[in-house]
Amino acid sequence: MGKTLLRLGALMVIDAAALGFAYALYANGTIAFAVVLLAVTALINVIFLSERLAPWRWISPGLALMALLVLYPTAYTVYIGLTNYGDEHLLSRGQAIAQLENEYFTPEEAPTYGWTAYRSPGEDLLLYLESGEAGAFVATEEGTQPAAERLGSEPAGPPEQIDDYARLDQNETVGVLAQLEDFAAPAGETGPQGSEVRVVSFDEAAPQFQRYDYEALTGELTDNEAGTVYEAEDGFFVSEGGERISPGFATVVGAENFTRIFTDPNIRGPFVGVFVWTVVFAAMSVVTTFALGVGLAMLLNDERLPFRGLFRSLTIVPYTIPFFITALVWVGLLNPIYGPINQIIEFFTGLSPQWFSDGTLAKVAILMINLWLGFPYMMIVCLGALQSIPEEVYEAAAIDGANAFHRFFYVTLPLLLVSVGPLLLGVFAFNFNNFGIIELVTQGGPPNPEAGTPAGQTDILISYTYRLAFASGQGTDYGLAAAVSVFIFMLIAVITIFNFRLTRRLEEVS
Amino acid sequence: MSATTGRRSAETAPDTGQAGSTGRKPGLGLKTRRRLTTGIKLGLLTLAVIYALFPVVWVISSSVNPTNSIVGQGLIPAGATLENFRSLVGDPANPFPLWMWNSIKISAISSFFVVVACALAAYSFSRFRYRGRRAGLLSVLLVQLFPNLLTIVALYLLLQQIGQVFPSFGLNSHGGLILIYAGGALGIYTWLMKGYFDTIPKELEESAMVDGASRLQSFIYVFLPMVRPILAVVGVLTFIATYADFLLPRVLLTSTDQYTLALGMYQFISEQYTQQWGIFSAAALVGALPIVIVFFALQRQLVGGLTSGGVKG
Repeated sequence: MGKTLLRLGALMVIDAAALGFAYALYANGTIAFAVVLLAVTALINVIFLSERLAPWRWISPGLALMALLVLYPTAYTVYIGLTNYGDEHLLSRGQAIAQLENEYFTPEEAPTYGWTAYRSPGEDLLLYLESGEAGAFVATEEGTQPAAERLGSEPAGPPEQIDDYARLDQNETVGVLAQLEDFAAPAGETGPQGSEVRVVSFDEAAPQFQRYDYEALTGELTDNEAGTVYEAEDGFFVSEGGERISPGFATVVGAENFTRIFTDPNIRGPFVGVFVWTVVFAAMSVVTTFALGVGLAMLLNDERLPFRGLFRSLTIVPYTIPFFITALVWVGLLNPIYGPINQIIEFFTGLSPQWFSDGTLAKVAILMINLWLGFPYMMIVCLGALQSIPEEVYEAAAIDGANAFHRFFYVTLPLLLVSVGPLLLGVFAFNFNNFGIIELVTQGGPPNPEAGTPAGQTDILISYTYRLAFASGQGTDYGLAAAVSVFIFMLIAVITIFNFRLTRRLEEVS
Repeated sequence: MSATTGRRSAETAPDTGQAGSTGRKPGLGLKTRRRLTTGIKLGLLTLAVIYALFPVVWVISSSVNPTNSIVGQGLIPAGATLENFRSLVGDPANPFPLWMWNSIKISAISSFFVVVACALAAYSFSRFRYRGRRAGLLSVLLVQLFPNLLTIVALYLLLQQIGQVFPSFGLNSHGGLILIYAGGALGIYTWLMKGYFDTIPKELEESAMVDGASRLQSFIYVFLPMVRPILAVVGVLTFIATYADFLLPRVLLTSTDQYTLALGMYQFISEQYTQQWGIFSAAALVGALPIVIVFFALQRQLVGGLTSGGVKG
């Protein structure tokens, strides 16, 4: 009984927190995530209130985190991939309209005024306006009057005080600039009918009209100054003559980002290059680390070998050091001018390879570094697998007259691949997305001069995605970046299916 | 046996191997052959150790090198000094101790969440039988295959939106980063734990429940103490992976005082590569040491966890 009450109490606390959280997010415009949050909370309630679902209670914390921070972002990625979200389309449609409706223009015939700001104790603002031809006026948000009328006599200049409004000096005026930007007074006699006096610049105020009117029913935006009508098209308001208004807004463009990957020559060119290198990089990383790992494991797989434990421990040192540290250390080792490796190479050959400014050499450097980082893992894995191969198999092979070469390629390697095959695919998949090594060693460089998108010569798909979204001088393109992510998703899915097939076939073998 | 002997012997080895298809080597006794192979092996392994350790030795050497520059370093520096280690403290532009603390804090809290969520889920998968259990286990594994770095654009935009309402979980916050790490809790480690939990006999908890303990009490007081080793392994592996993560901090953290060690060292060295090499090396040693020590202390357990748990990442 007490337990049930406790559970109900805890649920109520969770619900209240989630509701508050969701409401705050909703109010700020993050609607989808708020809805998912509420759905997850509702599910938790069901799980904890139903006796039948009791086993799920234990899983629910992890599951809730997964739903909110893995599954939702995944769905969101797909959605972004279908939009043109990016540099010129950062706002939502509503935000873009609100921003456009906040633009004003000064009609041609209207006079402009010099202004002086005043502030009342209640923080209200007042402007004293002066113009050579039109005369002086006093403007508040309530209305505008000729100065002579308001003050009782024609003033010689802006007075110290107007009623309880005190004149602001320059510093004080700067302090209320934000408030001044929103200040609008009915124009009265200062300008055309229906206009509002606004501060245009630090020394100018003028009667202005709202520039754009948005008609929600038709979705049309009218430019009041020129009389042009704009319609929403692909994230911009576009006139009949094809003229666009900035800012644009994010909108669903369908499969456009995906078709761009394959049809836009500026994107397709670098994308194919990046894709090929990604596969080569991941495959070569597996092959080189596996070759060295197997070799060392074969050497160590001898129980009578002296210092076996010591050798084993010393060779796995590269694996124990956090990889961001060793990757950066290797960049220093390979420094073309000062690095010790180049000093040695130069001593023997007179050449000093420019590891990071030549595309091919940069790729070689990355593979070399990745070999050093990755071989100990392969060694550990293979050592375990080798020890599980029964001695009788070798004895049988020896009876059949197999030499060392035969033994390795026809007995050891196939049996080894059975047990470590899935792990090899795991390493392949890991390197397929090994952002860290690329970013730490070359940042994708050297740059590819022919690429229309920011793709360096050593960029793999994931670092290319990162550059599209976050790190380019050529503008951010979240939509394209998300589309590339989705593409990688699909590739990994294919690799995974292949992995499962292979695992099953390998299990049948043994 | 020295490396030179090993290499010389290596050249002759393939000949003998191929000549004797029956496995007999003419003119050599069994003992001599045995010694020869051992010599070759030791020689090759010595080369491997040199290969594995020379960057480490180089970093140790530069960390005590008084010149601080990458230029003209000998392997054994003249006038070795600890000055570089002292410089790690008290540089406001590059607060190494703060970065390290940030890394340790984020990694520790994240791995705590991961261990808790994983242990609870693995317990359910191991102890109860119910509809959807198999599907749950499989989907946990499946989701893991798609690393969260693929959703980095969405995570960035999501944290940006959350941050407008709750800044301590938004961009450039440790809270947001920890949340994302905790979001990836269920995965391969759930399987690892479940496998371990399966080996613990049910009877112990059941007898506690007969004695009047609730399921939760028997879990906390009877079950958890018995599975401490696997909790430690998962905790340490998560800690190491989080400590070394680079992508998420790189995208999500923007101000120097929020940086993790990985990000801080990256920025430090990309700005002043060749001049600050000594200080960088000292930071590298200090930053790597705790992980290396933990790894070797728990080597046996961790290696088991790693080889069944896929790749370090």
